[in-house]
Amino acid sequence: MFTTASTTTDKIVQMFAAILLFAAVVGLILFIAGRFAGKRDRTVAYLYLAPVVLMLSVGLLYPGVRTIYESFFNAAGDAFIGIDNYKTIFTDSEQLVVLRNTALWVLLTPFVATAVGMLYAILVDKAKGEAFAKALIFLPMSISFVAASVIWKFMYEYRPDQGNVKQIGLVNQVIVWFGGEPVQLLIDSPLNTFLLILVMIWIQAGFAMTVLSAAIKAIPDDIIEAARLDGVGPWGMFRFVTLPAIRPAVIVVLTTIAIGTLKVFDIVQTMTGGRFDTSVIANEFYSQSFRSANQGLGAALAVVLFVLVIPIVVYNIRQLRRSEA
Amino acid sequence: MFGQRGSSRSRVALAGALSVGLAFSLTACGGDDDSGGGSTDTEASAIDCAPYKAFGELTGKTVTIYTSIVTPEDTPHKDSYKPFEQCTGVTVKYEGDKAFETQVLVRAKAGNPPDVAYVPQPGLLQQLVATGKAVAAPQETEANVDRFFGKDWKAYGTVDGKFYAAPLGSNVKSLVWYSPQEFKDSGYTVPTTLDELKTLTDKMVADKKKPWCAGISSGEATGWPLTDWMEDFMLRTAGPETYDKWVKHEVPFNGPEATAALDAVGGYLKNDQYVNGGLGDVKSIASTTFQDAGLKILEGSCSLHRQASFYAANFDKDTKIAEDGDVYAFYLPGKDATTKPVLVAGEFVLAFADRPEVKAFQTYLSSDVWANTKAKLSSGWVSANKGLDPNNMKNPIDKLSATILLDPNATVRFDGSDMMPAAVGSNAFWKQTTNWITGQDTKTTLDNIEKAWPQ
Repeated sequence: MFTTASTTTDKIVQMFAAILLFAAVVGLILFIAGRFAGKRDRTVAYLYLAPVVLMLSVGLLYPGVRTIYESFFNAAGDAFIGIDNYKTIFTDSEQLVVLRNTALWVLLTPFVATAVGMLYAILVDKAKGEAFAKALIFLPMSISFVAASVIWKFMYEYRPDQGNVKQIGLVNQVIVWFGGEPVQLLIDSPLNTFLLILVMIWIQAGFAMTVLSAAIKAIPDDIIEAARLDGVGPWGMFRFVTLPAIRPAVIVVLTTIAIGTLKVFDIVQTMTGGRFDTSVIANEFYSQSFRSANQGLGAALAVVLFVLVIPIVVYNIRQLRRSEA
Repeated sequence: MFGQRGSSRSRVALAGALSVGLAFSLTACGGDDDSGGGSTDTEASAIDCAPYKAFGELTGKTVTIYTSIVTPEDTPHKDSYKPFEQCTGVTVKYEGDKAFETQVLVRAKAGNPPDVAYVPQPGLLQQLVATGKAVAAPQETEANVDRFFGKDWKAYGTVDGKFYAAPLGSNVKSLVWYSPQEFKDSGYTVPTTLDELKTLTDKMVADKKKPWCAGISSGEATGWPLTDWMEDFMLRTAGPETYDKWVKHEVPFNGPEATAALDAVGGYLKNDQYVNGGLGDVKSIASTTFQDAGLKILEGSCSLHRQASFYAANFDKDTKIAEDGDVYAFYLPGKDATTKPVLVAGEFVLAFADRPEVKAFQTYLSSDVWANTKAKLSSGWVSANKGLDPNNMKNPIDKLSATILLDPNATVRFDGSDMMPAAVGSNAFWKQTTNWITGQDTKTTLDNIEKAWPQ
């Protein structure tokens, strides 16, 4: 029934059917759990866990294992080729560019975005019009990656320096105002990768600012006052009071942005389509799997991405637990 | 706390509220599909129903179509099925999807294929047949194809000697757009050989113009217009036999013929004196979208733009596309005036079901009746169907395309990148020629594509 809806009415009917189905399942679970009410054993816990475990194994575990399995097969997925796909990723000159770009993204985005967010949070803290100032930097967060990419594509737009032709991109217009020649910003590598990273930072700085600002506000006033009485200057205050106090929050922000950055796809896809040496793992995975019909290499790239994300996720969860404890 | 019955009701409410959000996001993922029955006014007159009676009683049956043809070109398609629907009582359900190329393969593999898919690439057609889910074309359809289409066209729909897919629409890629007014004012004439094209270009340079404009930016498909350029020149400098071998990889991708062809393209597109009219230097070809590039002809900053017949759709409605209008196209000439190599592309009708109504519909689409019905309804559409009457086409560029396609002296060849394996045809070929235009040399470019060819 989920593939045949063709009119708007059909779709609405389908939507309500889905809602009812979901409510029925939840109701059923609650009903069954209710039967076991009063018994303080693990049965109830297992009952609540069952749907989650079931859905995770169907929706996550099975595809995950299947992807790892497929990564050892050739393009058509019908012949076992061992670790050849992984060899390609780590030796082929084009794939090495992909890895280099991914490294640049993961190293730069979290640190710069967090630094900008933190600086901003400290600067506007308790200042006049704080809420408005915060809203300004938080706004990009509410824009989808694709929309942000389209906006920045216009920012970087190039028009030639030929008499009557006018610049329509802000960056090139500024360059021309200062007497420079317009630059093909999205074509020259590796400059273009940095310009794409800037878009991600623009989006993520707001997130970093919000979380860190909350953490800064949570620092007890007596600590700050005690430090003031001891004659600590602004830098000392940041270095010895603020930073240690918000350290767990900083780490959570860093790792969260790092995970998001590893999976970045939309920005690259929208702005350059992965051309001009700007491709990253997630983008290359898509283009190998779906456009190039190389299932094996696509799966291997997905596995590499998965392996890279795991340590950050583990670290992130540990820190999150510690900061909650 | 699990035993507190009072609170479980509120939890159900909460879960319900959450599920609304979930369901919204689920339905938002659904495809943008629409049923065949749209507008009621159709110019299509009644047709002879006899050929479809042979398939038995079909009233109440449904045929589903999956295609990459979306708004606004889908409307004439849907309208052109009406005579068939009236004859047979079959309902045709049309589903257009921009992500067709990637999704159709996923659907076929997952066992959820449509009844009929319009496949724009013979390479993809082979992949789809390889899934084992496609079915061969019925005899009636094959008979129509034998009668109305050339052998080349039938061959593109044939896999391993078995005929699967009849041609649907086609377009001519070997066209150069120009401004008839500019040609008249400056005394230029339409070239009939490659040498004349070169002379004309040089004459324009002498007139202090940047003659050519080009743009290859097209999202993840960036680079495809360059593959067309190279194929057109391969067809002209190396000849159709070598071209066929090159496409099938019977001669290496980086052989001397291919090198000569790409260098010939470079003679135009990597020549700072020839490009990029109104758009910048050679590199600007990479950042200009293919839709925008040819519009510079109207502004007068560009004189020549090589692009397929479908480019007509990029000019706005007030632009007069005609031999005496604002913009028109001439056939990209061959080496000499007698050989007429033509690069073409088009879609093919592949079925995944062999129910009588599907067979009847395939037969209808391969007939001259449908081709003429469709031509009357649309603008910017041609077919290689020999039964197509050029007088049914309103648009001069369609007439020109039909004349080129149906010229008995024409050597028609299908777009090579559409026939190569996906790893080359829709990845390495695009990517490497993009690198080539931004500075990579010819040898490295062709070597890299050769390397990407699946073993």
